[in-house]
Amino acid sequence: MQTANVNRLTPYLFLAPAAIVMAVALLYPIGYMIYASFLNWNPSQRIGEAEFVGLQNYVNLLGDAAFRESFFVTIKFAAVVVTLEMFLGVGLALLLDRNIRGMSVLRTLFILPMMIAPIVVGLMWRYMYHPSVGIFNRTLKSLGFEPIPWLSDGSWAFASVVIADVWQWTPFIFILSLAALQSLPQSAMEASRIDGATGWQQIIYIKLPLMMPVLVVTLLLRLIDAFKVLEVILVLTNGGPGLSTEILSLRISRTASEFRELGEAAAMSNYLLILLIILTFAMFAYNKAVEARTARLRKAAEEDL
Amino acid sequence: MPRITFDQVSKSYGAVEVLPPFDLSLDDGEFTVLVGPSGCGKSTTLRMLAGLETLSGGEIYFDDKPISRLDPKERDLAMVFQDYALYPHMNIAKNMSFALRLARVSKSEIQEKVQRVAEMLNIAHLLERKPAELSGGQRQRVAMGRALVRDAGTFLFDEPLSNLDAKLRGKMRAELAEMRDTIDKNMVYVTHDQVEAMTLGDRIVVMSDGLIQQQGTPEELFKQPVNKFVAGFIGAPTMNFVDAELVDETGKLWVRGDGFALPLTDADSARLSSAKDRNVTVGLRPSSFTADLTQGAPIELKVVVSEYLGAQSVLVTRCGAAELLVETQSASPVKAGTLQTFGVLTDEIMIFDKSSGLRL
Ligand SMILES: Nc1ncnc2c1ncn2[C@@H]1O[C@H](COP(=O)(O)OP(=O)(O)O)[C@@H](O)[C@H]1O
Ligand SMILES: [Mg+2]
Repeated sequence: MQTANVNRLTPYLFLAPAAIVMAVALLYPIGYMIYASFLNWNPSQRIGEAEFVGLQNYVNLLGDAAFRESFFVTIKFAAVVVTLEMFLGVGLALLLDRNIRGMSVLRTLFILPMMIAPIVVGLMWRYMYHPSVGIFNRTLKSLGFEPIPWLSDGSWAFASVVIADVWQWTPFIFILSLAALQSLPQSAMEASRIDGATGWQQIIYIKLPLMMPVLVVTLLLRLIDAFKVLEVILVLTNGGPGLSTEILSLRISRTASEFRELGEAAAMSNYLLILLIILTFAMFAYNKAVEARTARLRKAAEEDL
Repeated sequence: MPRITFDQVSKSYGAVEVLPPFDLSLDDGEFTVLVGPSGCGKSTTLRMLAGLETLSGGEIYFDDKPISRLDPKERDLAMVFQDYALYPHMNIAKNMSFALRLARVSKSEIQEKVQRVAEMLNIAHLLERKPAELSGGQRQRVAMGRALVRDAGTFLFDEPLSNLDAKLRGKMRAELAEMRDTIDKNMVYVTHDQVEAMTLGDRIVVMSDGLIQQQGTPEELFKQPVNKFVAGFIGAPTMNFVDAELVDETGKLWVRGDGFALPLTDADSARLSSAKDRNVTVGLRPSSFTADLTQGAPIELKVVVSEYLGAQSVLVTRCGAAELLVETQSASPVKAGTLQTFGVLTDEIMIFDKSSGLRL
């Protein structure tokens, strides 16, 4: 009896070092942030000297029009880029899922943007968007069109950051969709051809429904990431003009460094965190539901044998 | 229901020629079975017919119409796949009606057809389920049903029973045989199992290494195989092959080998007279042996093992260095380890050329 207990504890013993490191590295900063969000804390103070204000920061933020604007811009940005990326990524995958010579080279080219550091992507696009020497406006000019105020007009600036993000992250959806496509049951695809499905009908009735589990997870991963985007926008517009591209992470960093309101910045981060946790839970719940369904199906099938 | 003709059809994957050019014609309304060992090109042949593989050469005709450039859906066929290939996300009713829905058949007609076929196949109570909720045998029926609801002119089957356990396979085989007689369509059926081929086929095409060895009715293949491969492939237990010499003794040909000598019939003797003194391979079916010595030429065999199968037993025996299978009635048991004399029905002896394997 005694040894059995010890044996059952052994795994936890071995896990302990990793668990402790995790706790320190992961939970400590989060706990710190949550605690800080209840303080009225100026960077010149030590944390112990800051005044405890309870939920004051959260309440203030809800009444702060600039924060609400920023929150709205973030959601708009995430929704727009992820929608575009899903359509483009899945579309490209459907288009390029065939065995033609040179296709593997093409596929590799497609995923290159994802591998570039976001800061570099931001700089690259900033040069391309440059009002006079950028490639876009030079091209427009040589074709006889008016130049476009890519980064200096509110609506255009939003479009510009969306384009840059779509350029960088469509490949992510592309490769995951392609992997999903290539693992679809080949014979079901053949059966549908014999059943008379055209290419389109195959996509709509067979491929997309079968890819759905992967697509849902991809969508959520991308969404979570889009809410945290910072570097590219920082380099391209730094949130401007006005607040047109000031996404939440940018506002957080400005609140902390420019406005010197550490407590409020922490509270903002927590709002973002709550949003992300909801999304993550949605993903978990979806996965669980799928697993439960598969298990139930398998059980039903076995009982029937 | 067209007459299907393969004209010099061939298939290569890259530099590998899987099927050298061949001709084959399948008559209207016939149940044709392509049979042969794994990897001999049966599926490839069927898939070219279905339009799932391109031809490397030649042409396939439906009646007089060349079809090799047509899409599968333009060929008016239905197919049952080895792994069933059901659509995992659709329930059984949706699976079965997919082709009809694409063809914009009216709802009531779809419902009526699906119901009729489902009842025929005993799957009417499963229509609301997803494929993952079915057992292997049920999935197999659904795959069959999905093909049957379509009024296609030609039905293709690629080893539809090979993923089932032995008992279920026997049952489905019988049901298929029954179905064959009630449905008047072209059916092309691929299998590696000669028992399936023999029970189902109006006509059997035996393939090996990408070559068509012989085609004919089950009886023709069993009684008149053209070569050693077909003789060995068709029939269970398999035919025994032993080396021997054709010798002339007092005007009659005998086959003489290690530990045996058997006379040929007069007809065989006359036909094979030119092959006198040749080394040949003798083919003896396990069923050609009899315990009744008055009926056949005597041969003495050492019984090694007796496999009891019920009413019949299969004896593994030795004759010189060769191993022979002998089928006997279990009613007269034979002890393992003893020497035993059997009669050989001489009119069932087959003689094959030793190097080419052709029947002489
Ligand atoms: N896509 C392919 N690429 C290369 N070789 C193939 C391909 N498909 C089949 N083969 C080869 O063709 C031969 C015949 O295959 P198949 O028609 O599937 O045989 P069977 O159905 O009689 O078992 C095999 O040797 C197999 O390796
Ligand atoms: Mg095969």
